[in-house]
Amino acid sequence: MTKKIKNLNLNFGPQHPAAHGVLRLILELDGEVVEKADPHIGLLHRGTEKLIENKTYMQAVPYFDRLDYVAPMNQEHAFALAIEKILEIDVPIRAQFIRVMFCEIGRILSHILNVTTQALDVGALTPSLWGFEERETLMTFYERASGSRLHANYFRAGGVHQDLPAGLEADIAKFCETFPKIINDLENLLTDNRIFKQRNVDIGIVSKEDALDYSFSGVMIRGSGVPWDLRKSQPYDCYDQLEFKIPVGKNGDCYDRYLCRIEEMKESVSIIKQCLAKMEKGPIKTFDGKISPPSKKEIKQSMEALIHHFKLFTEGYRVPKNEIYTAVEAPKGEFGVYLISDGSSKPYKCKIRAPGFSHLQSMDYLIKGHMLADVPAVLGSLDIVFGEVDR
Amino acid sequence: MKNLIDLEKKINSELGTKINNTLIKHDQIYIEIDKEDFIDVTLFIKTNKDTKFRQLIDITVVDYPEETQRFKIVYLFLSHEFNQRIILSYRINENEVISSLTSVFPSANWMEREVFDMYGVNFKDHPDLRRILTDYGFEGHPLRKDFPLTGHTEVRYNEDQKKVINEPVKLEQNYRNFDYESPWEGTKYIKEQAKNNDKKN
Repeated sequence: MTKKIKNLNLNFGPQHPAAHGVLRLILELDGEVVEKADPHIGLLHRGTEKLIENKTYMQAVPYFDRLDYVAPMNQEHAFALAIEKILEIDVPIRAQFIRVMFCEIGRILSHILNVTTQALDVGALTPSLWGFEERETLMTFYERASGSRLHANYFRAGGVHQDLPAGLEADIAKFCETFPKIINDLENLLTDNRIFKQRNVDIGIVSKEDALDYSFSGVMIRGSGVPWDLRKSQPYDCYDQLEFKIPVGKNGDCYDRYLCRIEEMKESVSIIKQCLAKMEKGPIKTFDGKISPPSKKEIKQSMEALIHHFKLFTEGYRVPKNEIYTAVEAPKGEFGVYLISDGSSKPYKCKIRAPGFSHLQSMDYLIKGHMLADVPAVLGSLDIVFGEVDR
Repeated sequence: MKNLIDLEKKINSELGTKINNTLIKHDQIYIEIDKEDFIDVTLFIKTNKDTKFRQLIDITVVDYPEETQRFKIVYLFLSHEFNQRIILSYRINENEVISSLTSVFPSANWMEREVFDMYGVNFKDHPDLRRILTDYGFEGHPLRKDFPLTGHTEVRYNEDQKKVINEPVKLEQNYRNFDYESPWEGTKYIKEQAKNNDKKN
């Protein structure tokens, strides 16, 4: 007697805790082996690009916080750099250090979240409890600088919104002393952990060639042994004045990507320390009154400053007709902004290149032939945040 | 090639007639081509040993509704080897079908789906051309300039029908787009006016 066996279609998400947000993954299963994965995305699509086309350049900044909401300032950075390149304005050195420092804080924020939730997905609860405490500390730094824990709206074309409050630099320095111990604790829990290794080693292997073909960037490409980091290869702001190493993986599996993230956190701490050491008192945004708003004090005294203030917050500044692509090394990979300006105060087009989009695209290729239980592990190591995938 | 100017020369000499225009700006090369030559040009820049643009960064479209060739298709490439970026573009009419890049770069799959979803540009030989970011059963192409910011429909849960329904958008107040544009160029504007006045006198 013959039995007909049919493959099972399984809906994974959009309300599954290991789906890292609102991913609907349609899996075709042959027993426990995944034959095909079809991610359905767009459940968090908010039309960011359309909205940006209808806002002035300054009003568009907060939308970037809402893309990859675990590391908000890194996204703002790309947008600010794009405008600065078109306007050809220089950023004061202190502002550059502040921006780089907060980008690295963002990188730590993102990597803690990813490493600990990946551990959570494969069954370890403690790392997330320890890690999230540190994230909270980092978010208070965000809050003290910008006024909000997550949606900072802090970077501006030509600098940052305001100077750091008194005492923040000392507290960040203190954090840099205590945080390496936490990384070590996390490593003690995970790196040699038998279960963690069983779940991650040799899972979701990406070869060098495939990493290039599938438009991988960030940890996804470095985990496969390609030493590519935009902070080194196409330095922006003051990255060329800082010393840091680029951790590279060997096998391109989930475990190597985990190791890369841990090492990158250590490098980020070192970058933050260097920024703090090199930072001197000085201006934090460009003096050009046509781009950066005047201080309250100036408004009280100068008619011109008052006019500038009024015009900047109604019309906004105009950006001459141009076309540019700028990319930054966000925690998840290459985050790019393709900006077309038309001489008015609103962008004509602003395409956002999110690293997670191309990473998630490869889900089918990564998971084919793996077991169902490997789906959360692979998904976790892709480092997906739906804010940026869906835009 | 490490040097941008050399690279521009190389592309111009090797591809010759296929290139309409090249421009170096912001340390990137902007190349304009024709729709027909697109696959040839990408294959060349991907495989040639002096270019090696092995990675497709993104595909996007710029919409110019008032022009006859409405859409400008833009491809961004990156060469890890030489640390260079190329921005390749060509213009098409509204209903033209263009060839898919999925055979050359597998990652083009979703990027082209996004372009199809957002702008309604159709791709030939695409393995799986479905909408990607918008809702199931969505109509229209949101990033076209003639698509209103508030959209056409809104969703809500209907208690009587016990399901989520689509309705035309009803807003208490329509989206207002204030025109703040003014000749705010400070002295330059005043200078020009003064000059004109001088001429009249």
